[in-house]
Amino acid sequence: MTTIKINRQDEVIEYTIPFKSTTLLKALFHIKQQEDNTLTFSSSCRSGVCGTCAVRVNGKEVLACSYNFQKDDLVEPLAYHEVQRDLKVNKQKVRETLRTSTAWLQSHQEANISTTQVQLTEKQTDCILCDSCYSSCPVLEVNPSFIGPFALTRAYRYTSDPREGNIQAIVDNIQTNGIWDCTLCGNCTEVCPQGIDPKMDITMLRGTATQFGYTDPNFQAMDFGFGGGF
Amino acid sequence: MIDVLIIGSGGAGLASALTVKERGANVLVVGKSYPTASQTSMAQGGMNASLGNVTPDSIQSHIDDTIKSSHKLCNNQMVKQLCEDAPNSIKWLEKLGVPFDRTPKSKVAQRQLGGASSKRACYAQDYTGLKILHTLYDSCLKEGIEMLEEYFLLNLITEDSVVLGAIFLDIVTGEVKEIRAKNTIIATGGYAGVYKGFTTNSEGATGDGIASVLRAGGSVSDMEFVQFHPTALKSSATLISESARGEGGYLVNSKEERFIDELLPRDVVARAISAQIANGEEVFLDIRHLGEEKLLHLMPQEVHLCRLYENVDPIKELIPIKPVAHYSMGGIDVNNNLEVTGLKNCYAVGECSNAKIHGANRLGGNSLLEIISLGRLAGKNSVGGDCHRTKNNEQIYTNQLQENQEYIEGLFEEYPWERNFYEIQYELGSKFYKYAGVVRDNTELNNFLNELRVIKADIDNMGIGDKSRENNTNLVEFLQFKNSLEVGEVLLDSALVRDESRGAHYKRAFPNEDDKLYRVNSLYWIEDDVLQNRLVKVVD
Ligand SMILES: Cc1cc2nc3c(=O)[nH]c(=O)nc-3n(C[C@H](O)[C@H](O)[C@H](O)COP(=O)(O)OP(=O)(O)OC[C@H]3O[C@@H](n4cnc5c(N)ncnc54)[C@H](O)[C@@H]3O)c2cc1C
Ligand code: SF4
Ligand code: SF4
Repeated sequence: MTTIKINRQDEVIEYTIPFKSTTLLKALFHIKQQEDNTLTFSSSCRSGVCGTCAVRVNGKEVLACSYNFQKDDLVEPLAYHEVQRDLKVNKQKVRETLRTSTAWLQSHQEANISTTQVQLTEKQTDCILCDSCYSSCPVLEVNPSFIGPFALTRAYRYTSDPREGNIQAIVDNIQTNGIWDCTLCGNCTEVCPQGIDPKMDITMLRGTATQFGYTDPNFQAMDFGFGGGF
Repeated sequence: MIDVLIIGSGGAGLASALTVKERGANVLVVGKSYPTASQTSMAQGGMNASLGNVTPDSIQSHIDDTIKSSHKLCNNQMVKQLCEDAPNSIKWLEKLGVPFDRTPKSKVAQRQLGGASSKRACYAQDYTGLKILHTLYDSCLKEGIEMLEEYFLLNLITEDSVVLGAIFLDIVTGEVKEIRAKNTIIATGGYAGVYKGFTTNSEGATGDGIASVLRAGGSVSDMEFVQFHPTALKSSATLISESARGEGGYLVNSKEERFIDELLPRDVVARAISAQIANGEEVFLDIRHLGEEKLLHLMPQEVHLCRLYENVDPIKELIPIKPVAHYSMGGIDVNNNLEVTGLKNCYAVGECSNAKIHGANRLGGNSLLEIISLGRLAGKNSVGGDCHRTKNNEQIYTNQLQENQEYIEGLFEEYPWERNFYEIQYELGSKFYKYAGVVRDNTELNNFLNELRVIKADIDNMGIGDKSRENNTNLVEFLQFKNSLEVGEVLLDSALVRDESRGAHYKRAFPNEDDKLYRVNSLYWIEDDVLQNRLVKVVD
């Protein structure tokens, strides 16, 4: 027997789970199927690849299907998402960041791709769009328009693809509310269930942007009029 | 008005959508989940195409292997077309940006899967489905394809067997809405989820689209053929990909003895494992000898899943396994143009359909190929001919929307709560596994079918405990359960009728193939509220 607490908006409810620690998803199903049909959460594949069941436990993002619950855990919905009900959130709006950043292959060019080049973004393409990183990112607290980590990781993945014939198009689209807004705090990297490192990807994108003549606007802001006009 | 409505946003749905868009028609994709949550994300092993990048291969060998695996139940014409198009399909995905692994010569890497005469499966580590699906999704965003998420298909709208669109439950708002279209493509995935608790499939693999076709008067076929994957984790039924054996993994029993050639087709391997288990043995997958470095590079996901769900470290320990329901060969019956039998202006593609590619047993790696190659074909066909000739059908009145609204309304108003459908779902799942599993028996099938019919008739004593209109997942799960009963009934009936053993369908009392009586596709449909069936001879 273990008790866990679930933040259901109006109140935090404590549930007793009649079995020893197993995945949090199993516990949620137990509650829904045996005790309270109204408990609402999202899930699908049960094996950590569909990206559906991310929640926060004691303030940290986890996939419910891949996390073994502990006594007195507090389970909450993802942050910076509109909470639709209990643990179920609206990911639709957050997905808009993929459109904003135009994180796709802009213009295909023929290319010979080596094993090393595949390995370069092997991790990035493991992204399951679980939104954990987004929920952990402190920038969204102050700037809700920030493109956020997963879309930038995806943008990076395409800029590093040898088939990409128009890297600049992506780089152009991640300037505003994009790569320069990140504080490089590393929260996203810490919570990613796939071991992806969006912080590093953002750093890499900054490097690429520099090659296309962009500079860090934060520096410009500090630059008292010297560099303005050329 | 929408030219093409696509129901289902997995690999098949998105490949169709991109093709419809390419051809300049307007398209709407509707799914009950987010596209990237579709079961396609779970495919690990690879996608077949006879590129011969690693070992010599030919289209003819791919055709031969597929036909052999189908146990003479496939449509040779469809198989030929699929295998011939496979290299194009890979090329198409390459162009969209799918990050396939490479050979040292910078060609698409290929690996061995069971039943294949060459290293034919193109892969992206063991995340092949995930990376294909996400690249398709990115491409759909790029092309500005409209995708509606969390819309649950209730029923097709029909008038004189012409499909005019479909009725959906908007899960977020709880409203029942209709969407009209000139043509409809159903791409809602398979039904192996009826084996609840004994399946690798996701929770939503309840055959919703198949059930909706039955209710609309269309036909389904070969529903008795469900593939069992030999190697799922014993306690959680999580899949351990065939590539584990392809790369040289062994199957061993409690005495650590090998008992079968691991690369034989899935049905043979699954039965061999079942026989061991029936003899009181435990069965394990042994990949320790492959070495840590190779395992972490080639199967990182498998290693992770074993640690997480079975609490074993496959680098050092044996992995306990059991065979579980994995893929549904049967489904919505379609002709060579992928048009649904018995309905007009309606196509079906992907795992929900039976395009007679897989016959009695699917070859690993052929379903990712099917969803791409035939997904594109469905897209192409749906904008050809009929689509532009069809008149605006928005004016045609039917009372189906109202009927569906009333049905959902009724679920909110009444709830006897006499029976908890979740419990029944698990109970049925284990019975499907036991009685309609790897080895079947007529008496058991018959008893279970009767039991299922009693439960089906009792559905009005179940219902939902959650009365909220918005975001009601209890309601969605109930509707899925209802669909799985309808689909499960056909599965059991067709298994009962087929008195032979062929591919994935094995009957103890009839251990051989009987070509004279049963080289047939079993066709089912509903007429005057009664389930009808007919056995249709396979023609070469
Ligand atoms: C664990 C696993 C591993 C696999 N590995 C391989 C492999 O290595 N190689 C291979 O070739 N095949 C593999 N397969 C099989 C292959 O992945 C599937 O057959 C294929 O992806 C099915 O694609 P699909 O588009 O037809 O359906 P799905 O991907 O299942 O998509 C179905 C879509 O329909 C939607 N939908 C369903 N019902 C409704 C409804 N009522 N209303 C609205 N929308 C609905 C869903 O939301 C989803 O978007 C594997 C399968 C599994 C489960
Ligand atoms: S590193 Fe950047 S993107 Fe990641 S959480 Fe911190 S601020 Fe957000
Ligand atoms: S980068 Fe990681 S945490 Fe972020 S969405 Fe992708 S998988 Fe989830």
